[in-house]
Amino acid sequence: MIGRGKNIEQSLSRTRRSFFGRIGGLFSQTDLDERVWEELEELLIQADVGVTTTVDLVQAVRDESGAQGLRTPSHVVEAVQQRLLAVLGNASSPGRSQEGLWVILVVGVNGSGKTTGIAKLAKYHQRHGRRVLLAAGDTFRAAAADQLKVWARMLGTDVVAHQPGSDPGAVVYDAIKASQARDADTLIVDTAGRLHTQYNLMQELRKIHRVIKKQMADAPQETLLVLDATTGQNALSQARYFKDAVDVNGVFLAKLDGTAKGGIVFAIASELGIPIRYVGTGEDVDDVAEFDPERFVAGLFAE
Amino acid sequence: MFETLTDKLQGAFDKLARKGRLNEKDVDEGLREVRIALLEADVNFKVVKEFIAKVRERAVGAEVMRSLTPAQQMRKIVYEELIALLGKPAKIDLSGQPPHVVMLIGLQGSGKTTTAAKLGLHLRKQGQRPLLVAADIRRPAAVQQLEILGKELDLAVHSEGTSVAPPQICANALRRAKESAYGVVIVDTQGRLHVDEQLMVELEQMKGQAAPSEILLVADAMTGQDAVSVAQEFHQHVGLTGLILTKMDGDARGGAALSMRSVTGVPIKFLGVGEKPGDLEGFYPDRLASRILGMGDPLTLVEKAQEVFDPEQALKMEEKLRTASFTLEDFMEQLRQVKKMGPLSQIMDMIPGLSGLAGQIPEGETDRQLVKIEAMISSMTPAERHDPGVIGGSRKRRIADGSGTTVQEVNQLLGQFRQVQKMMRQVSRGRTPDLLSMFR
Ligand SMILES: Nc1nc2c(ncn2[C@@H]2O[C@H](COP(=O)(O)OP(=O)(O)O)[C@@H](O)[C@H]2O)c(=O)[nH]1
Ligand SMILES: Nc1nc2c(ncn2[C@@H]2O[C@H](COP(=O)(O)OP(=O)(O)O)[C@@H](O)[C@H]2O)c(=O)[nH]1
Ligand SMILES: [Mg+2]
Ligand SMILES: [Mg+2]
Repeated sequence: MIGRGKNIEQSLSRTRRSFFGRIGGLFSQTDLDERVWEELEELLIQADVGVTTTVDLVQAVRDESGAQGLRTPSHVVEAVQQRLLAVLGNASSPGRSQEGLWVILVVGVNGSGKTTGIAKLAKYHQRHGRRVLLAAGDTFRAAAADQLKVWARMLGTDVVAHQPGSDPGAVVYDAIKASQARDADTLIVDTAGRLHTQYNLMQELRKIHRVIKKQMADAPQETLLVLDATTGQNALSQARYFKDAVDVNGVFLAKLDGTAKGGIVFAIASELGIPIRYVGTGEDVDDVAEFDPERFVAGLFAE
Repeated sequence: MFETLTDKLQGAFDKLARKGRLNEKDVDEGLREVRIALLEADVNFKVVKEFIAKVRERAVGAEVMRSLTPAQQMRKIVYEELIALLGKPAKIDLSGQPPHVVMLIGLQGSGKTTTAAKLGLHLRKQGQRPLLVAADIRRPAAVQQLEILGKELDLAVHSEGTSVAPPQICANALRRAKESAYGVVIVDTQGRLHVDEQLMVELEQMKGQAAPSEILLVADAMTGQDAVSVAQEFHQHVGLTGLILTKMDGDARGGAALSMRSVTGVPIKFLGVGEKPGDLEGFYPDRLASRILGMGDPLTLVEKAQEVFDPEQALKMEEKLRTASFTLEDFMEQLRQVKKMGPLSQIMDMIPGLSGLAGQIPEGETDRQLVKIEAMISSMTPAERHDPGVIGGSRKRRIADGSGTTVQEVNQLLGQFRQVQKMMRQVSRGRTPDLLSMFR
């Protein structure tokens, strides 16, 4: 756990109060009747887990309930949690072992929390004693570079930025050169928000990815998709397209401090094998944590 | 394969053939599919429940119209109820004494600032003189963002940096609007969580200072189940007068609109359909209903096609068709035009019967196809391009070898070409092309 600000537990506890008070019945019941299964489905669907995933999961637990001797609602909840954890566990993440420049490309749809997430990640890596450089690859949205610069000033890191409207590929090219020249070991690249269905913008993103690869064959070592936790089923579509375009290997789940649960990450982990790496829990640089599957799953069910 | 609701309903009712009335069992069978479709579209669980109950009440025992199958009858009821629930579109309220204050509020990153600029532009086109107000002092560079947008569009922006409290900024902006005869004041506010009590109080104070005639919730079309609590909380605190759904240009089904509309009862006023200042559209309940149900959006498709296809070129094509001189080269050109309409996946989403299929096609696949087609056509001789009829077995092999494809792919291309020719002939006879046939 990192961060001195609001931590994930505080954020999730607010969520619990406002959202799960009602679900309490699930635990107070002692019989395993039809209502329990229904409430379980309702809970998962309302957490944005998705109908298909939910129905499959609940059915699977139900099928095994006899053989496994699941007799009470809490047995059942535990079994569901185990399955959810297994889904998250299947998606593994890259470890940072190698020497040299570590490049993190940050992508996602509009307004999901990329730039703020980058500020948080910068601080995270600074805490690990790394020299961080930022690349202002969003040359499109009004004042996007200014936004990144405000964070950079606060964190004491440098930003490589070009004029608004310029080619983001050129920004990234310069940023890698600058990282090497300035002896930075961590480069975090911001990109403009784009809907995954926008063909030309996705091509542009592929190009940014290629520019990085061309200079450093093993970079970007991390390509993080920033998802807004309030997003529903569309997040799966986002993940699918972004993965296809730039080989996303991690999710940064932002805005988990609201009341949304971010349940769509299960489908993303199981169907696309993309692991969840970080969660964002507020608007400040410290509002970030490494993803903790147990806590996340417990959060879905907590009262 | 992902089926559309229409297909699913059809499946559910196939066994029943034609019957005079919809009985309880049939209805429940059909409604199961509707329920799934709505949940997949992100309509909130409870809203779905209520909706299904309502439809059920109307559907059980309903007469099946003579011209319809039970599946069609069912779909008709669902569709009509959905349209009713989505409500009528509404304009910005400009009645009463100016300045009219419009406050844009919502969660972080939903599109408030962009929408402020869009609305400014929209209202100016209607002859208003808008003043944009930079009242987000929290998000880094939010003030600059609005100032830049204002400058680009030549819209006046009232900003006081980041050290004056937002309610005070509102009061000052209102005074300025009165003094300088700005008819509309559009207040861009900071993103806030609906459960953030402190910021909700601030919002109430801003409302007190600005006396807005419109308080619009700007919400992301991709929002999931939580849309209900978000809309509810904002509505309880400040009393919304309308909704704006942004990022509708993506492939989100937009079920959040239904959720928010059903818990607040306020009208949907606009849809945001892109990042540019002009990307603001009116709301059409029938289109949104089709989209939520996964029934496609043929009207938008037609509009897109009209945007992209150059009428002069269309005429030239028509001429070619009439004189039977539509060649594979023209075919290439056509494909390029279709590509301009956006990714094929998105186009497919708008075609009834194909929507939902789009997600199955990997991004970039259509592009790769186009490259292949281009390679195959360039491997043909001019004679072959003008009359593909001459392409027999050995020529197919040669073309495949020359373009790094297979004979099967060459066959596919020639088949597609014949389809397009057929379609073009329909167009030249003044009929709507059967776009579906292109993809079969
Ligand atoms: N509550 C909350 N807000 C966030 C979080 N991350 C980002 N934001 C806010 O979301 C909005 C959009 O964030 P930004 O980083 O600019 O998104 P980008 O467009 O993807 O770069 C801003 O108002 C941020 O302050 C988070 O974890 N929690
Ligand atoms: N594709 C698309 N992007 C949008 C739309 N509306 C806003 N955006 C983008 O969403 C992001 C957040 O918008 P912004 O206005 O800064 O949101 P705010 O934090 O609510 O003020 C920016 O990247 C905008 O360009 C829309 O209708 N379609
Ligand atoms: Mg950004
Ligand atoms: Mg803003």
